[in-house]
Amino acid sequence: MAPLDVTSMSPSETRTQARYEAAADEMPPLYRNRVKVYPKAVMGRFRLAKWTVLTLCLSAYYLAPWLRWDRGPGQPDQALLIDMSARRAYFFWIEIWPQEVYYLTGLLILGAVGLFLATSLFGRVWCGYTCPQTVWTDLFMWVERLIEGDRNARIKLDRQPWSVDKAWRKTLKHGLWVLIALATGGAWAMYFNDAPTLVRDLLRFQATSSQVFFIGLFTFTTYLLAGWAREQVCTFMCPWPRFQAAMLDKHSLVVTYESWRGEPRGKHRKAEDAARLGDCVDCGQCHQVCPTGIDIRDGLQLECIGCALCIDACNGVMKKVGLPPNLISYDTTANIAARAAGAKPVYHFVRPRTIVYAALLAVVALAMLLGLGLRATVEINVLRDRNPLYVTLSDGSIRNGYTIKILNKAREERVFALALNGLDGASMQVVGQENAAGAPKLSVRPDQVGTFRVFLRAPRDATAEESHPITFALTEQGSGETARHGSTFVRPGR
Amino acid sequence: MPTKIEKDDVTGQQTTGHEWDGVKELNTPMPTWWIYTFYATIVWAIGYAVVYPSVPWFTGHTKGTSGYVAREDVTRQIAEARGAQAQWRDQIAKASLEDIAKNPDLMAFAVAGGKAAFADNCAPCHGSGGAGAKGYPNLNDDDWIWGGKLADIMTTLRHGIRDQDTKTRVSEMPRFGADGMLPRAQIDDVAEYVLSLGNRSTNAAAAERGKPLYTDNCVACHGDKGQGNAELGAPKLNDQIWLYGGDKTSIVHSIYFARAGVMPAWTGRLDEVTLKQLTLYVHSLGGGK
Repeated sequence: MAPLDVTSMSPSETRTQARYEAAADEMPPLYRNRVKVYPKAVMGRFRLAKWTVLTLCLSAYYLAPWLRWDRGPGQPDQALLIDMSARRAYFFWIEIWPQEVYYLTGLLILGAVGLFLATSLFGRVWCGYTCPQTVWTDLFMWVERLIEGDRNARIKLDRQPWSVDKAWRKTLKHGLWVLIALATGGAWAMYFNDAPTLVRDLLRFQATSSQVFFIGLFTFTTYLLAGWAREQVCTFMCPWPRFQAAMLDKHSLVVTYESWRGEPRGKHRKAEDAARLGDCVDCGQCHQVCPTGIDIRDGLQLECIGCALCIDACNGVMKKVGLPPNLISYDTTANIAARAAGAKPVYHFVRPRTIVYAALLAVVALAMLLGLGLRATVEINVLRDRNPLYVTLSDGSIRNGYTIKILNKAREERVFALALNGLDGASMQVVGQENAAGAPKLSVRPDQVGTFRVFLRAPRDATAEESHPITFALTEQGSGETARHGSTFVRPGR
Repeated sequence: MPTKIEKDDVTGQQTTGHEWDGVKELNTPMPTWWIYTFYATIVWAIGYAVVYPSVPWFTGHTKGTSGYVAREDVTRQIAEARGAQAQWRDQIAKASLEDIAKNPDLMAFAVAGGKAAFADNCAPCHGSGGAGAKGYPNLNDDDWIWGGKLADIMTTLRHGIRDQDTKTRVSEMPRFGADGMLPRAQIDDVAEYVLSLGNRSTNAAAAERGKPLYTDNCVACHGDKGQGNAELGAPKLNDQIWLYGGDKTSIVHSIYFARAGVMPAWTGRLDEVTLKQLTLYVHSLGGGK
């Protein structure tokens, strides 16, 4: 190939070419070693709030599977249980069948809209306080601090060569992490298995391989994500920081630095510095306590999980140096601008955005409650035969076949009367009940699906159209509860 | 040479040097461990290719050090499934057809197995739903040429119709036209009379002429009212179901050339349990007597 003839290039082509050559020579690195974060311990309002939330969340997570709920003999007595093999989910008095998995969809929608609402009001409170990644990372960091000491001690320990002291501290830390992770993975499995039985099976080495696998999987992920990956989960793995900005506006409360007050930052060494500089004494505490290792003074950024620990740290410093608190605070960008201009801050919690989110939340919650309240304990499904669509009998009449499935969600055996609506002159026959008189009675075992074959037979001219709509109606014999399902009766074209 | 790395004006971040129509890609470095994870997957793939069968070649493929063969897995799984079915199949082998039909659980197993066997063996002629086609009877309806009781169906399945089997079901309708037994005009009259048996005649005079001919030639097998005879495999002529078509042309054709459908005998090809399952399945389609 001939060398590039630079002289025949247009000026813009020459520039592009030069840039490519420059890029090839000075390619910036596409990968960078992680800078390990050593968050410093901090005390204050928000740290206390975080400890409280952590305690509540973890207690609920570890203890909930042990709650008992009596459902009668032969039924699981665990309040919260997802029984995969029996295809049932139990939530206290509610029992969910696989067909009703839309309740899960509803819960997910509630979760998403709730997250939108909370974010538009208070920024990333979910990330900062309740996200499992944050909660377990916090717990792991607490263990780490207990064994290896605070920030400076940990940095020192990591830099020094291996010694007996370093070895036992590291071993103990990882040992405790694995224990916590094991409890976490074990608790996860308890939501899918009877908790006391599972523990007993585990102690006797009788647990199934799938139980061991899932406990192992969640032990491993907990250890890896809370012990090693930490803030990288938020910055590289989690999609939420990428689009949470869409929920925020200038009236959302976010953890933020009051730059109008703090700048220009600098150490207050002499008395006259206080007049020359802003309130920020540039001590770096906000940066040192940050679990994601960022500087909040750079403004709202993707890595900030809104945990507010920098507020606690800064307020502590402000108190010591005798300056007013809340140089870093929960504030809105609109208020920061207002304060900078000397105006009074105004809070707009009720905005079109929050109204829409709250309304959505209410509607979905109401729909779910309504759905749950009006939930039937019987359901009917009708599958019409498609092969053949119809059968011509020797007397010329037409027979259609249907498979009827009755879902008996009650805990006792029930009998349902089956009736046909919308086809005069038709006779109905349930396979296996050929000799029974009157309307067919279908008996379904407790908590089971009953399957029945039904034949409808009608004269060839009984219906005006080739495909005629019909309805099967079920009536429970005790309570009178009904369920209906539409289908069609098909005959050949004339 | 220019050595300065380009920085984005807005963010102050480095760019990767890639540009599309003026849009430049910012360089946001990934953590280094990320690329090591990627390398680890490559190492895993190489290990996998060594351990498991993988690389295709003209004469086959590499076998892998583990000796894993997917087909052996399938064979084992089928054997396991057979083993799990054994107790049901034993029960079916011992019980009579009527007793199986009375036991809902056993019947459900038999019908499910019959359905599978039907799809493998019977569907080519009778259709996947047993709806049949011209010349191949519909097994859903209530019209049975050789009888629709459980025992009748079982016999038909075992020995077939007009098969080599010594006990096969055989009957032969004469070729009235082709062998010169009746002239064409009389065949037309008989056909008209046959139509009248199902109240479908449009020519009373022709039907009247056909009646004595029917009595002389057809009654022996098809009956005086066209009610048929399952013993002889003589179809009903007074109903609405016509295997080879119920219009006059088709009936004339049937009388002129006769019809003789065949079905293979399945003894020896299918085991006794499968034959029982097939019988119960066909009987359950809705037409069983």
